[in-house]
Amino acid sequence: MFNKVVVANRGAVAARVLRALKSLGIRTAAVYSEADADLPYLNLADETYAIGAADPRASYLNADALLEVMARSKADGLHPGYGFLSENAEFAQRVNDSGANFIGPSPRWISAMGHKTRARELMATQGMPMSTSSDLLDEDEQRTLAQALRVGYPVLVKPAGGGGGIGMLPAHDAQSLLQAVSQARSMAQRSFGSSELYLERLIERPRHVEFQVLADRHGNVRHLFERDCSVQRRHQKVLEEAGAPGIPRESITQVADTISAILAKLGYDVIGTVEMLYDGQGGFNFLEMNTRLQVEHAVTEEVTGIDLVKSQVRLAWGERLDAVLPERIEINGHAIEARIYAEDPVRFFPSPGPLKAFELPSGEGLRVETGYAAGNRVTPNYDPMVAKVIAHGATRAQAIARLQQALEATVIEGVKTNIPFVQQVLRSEEFAAGDVHTGLGAQLLDRAKAAKAATV
Amino acid sequence: MARIEVRAEVTGKVWKVLVPAGSRVEADDAVVVVESMKMEIPVTSERAGTVVELHVNEGDAVEDGQLIAIVEG
Repeated sequence: MFNKVVVANRGAVAARVLRALKSLGIRTAAVYSEADADLPYLNLADETYAIGAADPRASYLNADALLEVMARSKADGLHPGYGFLSENAEFAQRVNDSGANFIGPSPRWISAMGHKTRARELMATQGMPMSTSSDLLDEDEQRTLAQALRVGYPVLVKPAGGGGGIGMLPAHDAQSLLQAVSQARSMAQRSFGSSELYLERLIERPRHVEFQVLADRHGNVRHLFERDCSVQRRHQKVLEEAGAPGIPRESITQVADTISAILAKLGYDVIGTVEMLYDGQGGFNFLEMNTRLQVEHAVTEEVTGIDLVKSQVRLAWGERLDAVLPERIEINGHAIEARIYAEDPVRFFPSPGPLKAFELPSGEGLRVETGYAAGNRVTPNYDPMVAKVIAHGATRAQAIARLQQALEATVIEGVKTNIPFVQQVLRSEEFAAGDVHTGLGAQLLDRAKAAKAATV
Repeated sequence: MARIEVRAEVTGKVWKVLVPAGSRVEADDAVVVVESMKMEIPVTSERAGTVVELHVNEGDAVEDGQLIAIVEG
C-alpha cells in the first residue's frame, strides 16, 4: 500500500481525502496556498507544504510546485480531489512518470473523456445510449443548418471542449440557430480557449442522472448505482440524491449494467462517473464521463455503505475490485446532499467574506463535509462552496425532513449563503413529489419573484 | 447631464476592462468584468453615457460596493 500521499487540493475534499488516507494508515502531505494557511483540515495532515500565492494558477493549478512537493516529501501517491488538476491528463502523466502513482484513472482515459465530442464518438461505437448529435461545426452556415436538420429541432449548441454549462444555447429554428452558434462560439473561445461547437438534440425538462463506477487496474468494473443531480443553479449542482426518484429500478439497473460492461470492455480504471440526461420517458442519453471523484460522492456512500475515497486509493494502488467491494451492493434508504455556497440566494453572485459564525448541524442521519471553521475567511480565489450537508433516511421523505431541520439549525454569518434557495426547493411540492428537472431551480425562483411582485 | 456612480457588486478581481475612460457605454452594458469564485460578474452602467472616470485597472482587487467608474450622460 502507499507509504505517503500528497493531497493536491483544498477545502472540503482535501479534508475528506486526508481522513480516508489516515484510516488506511497512509502518511499524508497537504498543500496550501497563501490564502489557505489557516484552514483547519491542514492539522489532519502529517506534513504541510506551502505551494504558492492565492491565485490558483500559482498554487493548486501549479503542476511544477506540486511535483516538487512530491519529490521533497518522498510521496509515492498523489490524490487530486476534484476540480483543479484532477482531470488534467498531462499532469497525471507527469506524476506517473516521476515514479509515483496518480490516484485516478490512467492518463489516457482522462484524455479520452476530456474532449466531449471524442468521448461521445467513442461511447457511441460501444453502444452507449445517447441522443443524436452533429459532427463538429465549421464556419459554413449552410452546412451548420444541414447538420441541425439531421439532428432535428430543437437543438442545443454546445462547446466541444467545455464544461459547467458555459456556452450552451438552445435553438428552435434556423434563424435562432445561426445566432446561437455565433454567440456560443465567442463564449467558448473566451472560456475554454477553443471555439469548437457541436449540436445535440435538445431534451425538454431533462433530468441529470449519473452513474458511479469503480474499477481496478485489472479490467474489472462495477457500478454503485445512480445519483439524481437535477436541482441546479447556473448549471451547477445544488441538491444531489441517491437514488433517483420515480424512475423504475429495472431501467436504472439496465443502464448501469450497460455502462459497467462497456467500461470493462474498454479497460477503464479506478473511478469515474457517467453523466446522463434522462428524458422522463425511459430514455437515457450519455452526456459525458468525469474521470475523478465527484463532489456528490457522499450520497452514494450513505446508501451503499461503501467508502468511495478509500476504495479509489486501494484500486489505484492495484488491489482487485473483488477485494475492495462486497459481493453484493445493496441500497439502504435514501440520501440527499445540499451544497452550501457563499453566494447571494437570488442572483447567485459570489459572497466572499469572514465566517463570523459557522455552526453546522449534527444529529441522526446527518453528515457534514467542510474545509472551514468559524473565524476563517472565504476568499474570492476559489469555488464558493463552504460546506456540504448530507441527510440520510429510511425513506426519501425522511431524508428531506432531516435535511430541512439540519439547514434550519445551520448558522452562517459574515457571508451570504444559498440556504434560503435550497430551503425553497426542499419545501416545494415539485421536489417533494420527485418531479425534478434541470429547470426546476429557475422555475421556483421565478415563482417566488412573481409572488413577491403580487404582494407589493 | 447626470453623473452615475458605477460600483462593484461583489468582492473579487477586475478580469477585464471593457469600456476605457473616455469611451461610450450603453445602458445596462458592462464597464468592467469582475472575476470572483470562478464566476465572471459584469459591472454595468444603469444609463448610457461616457465613462469620464475609471478607477480600476485589470488585475486590481475590488471590494463589494467599491467605486469602479463615473459615467456622465
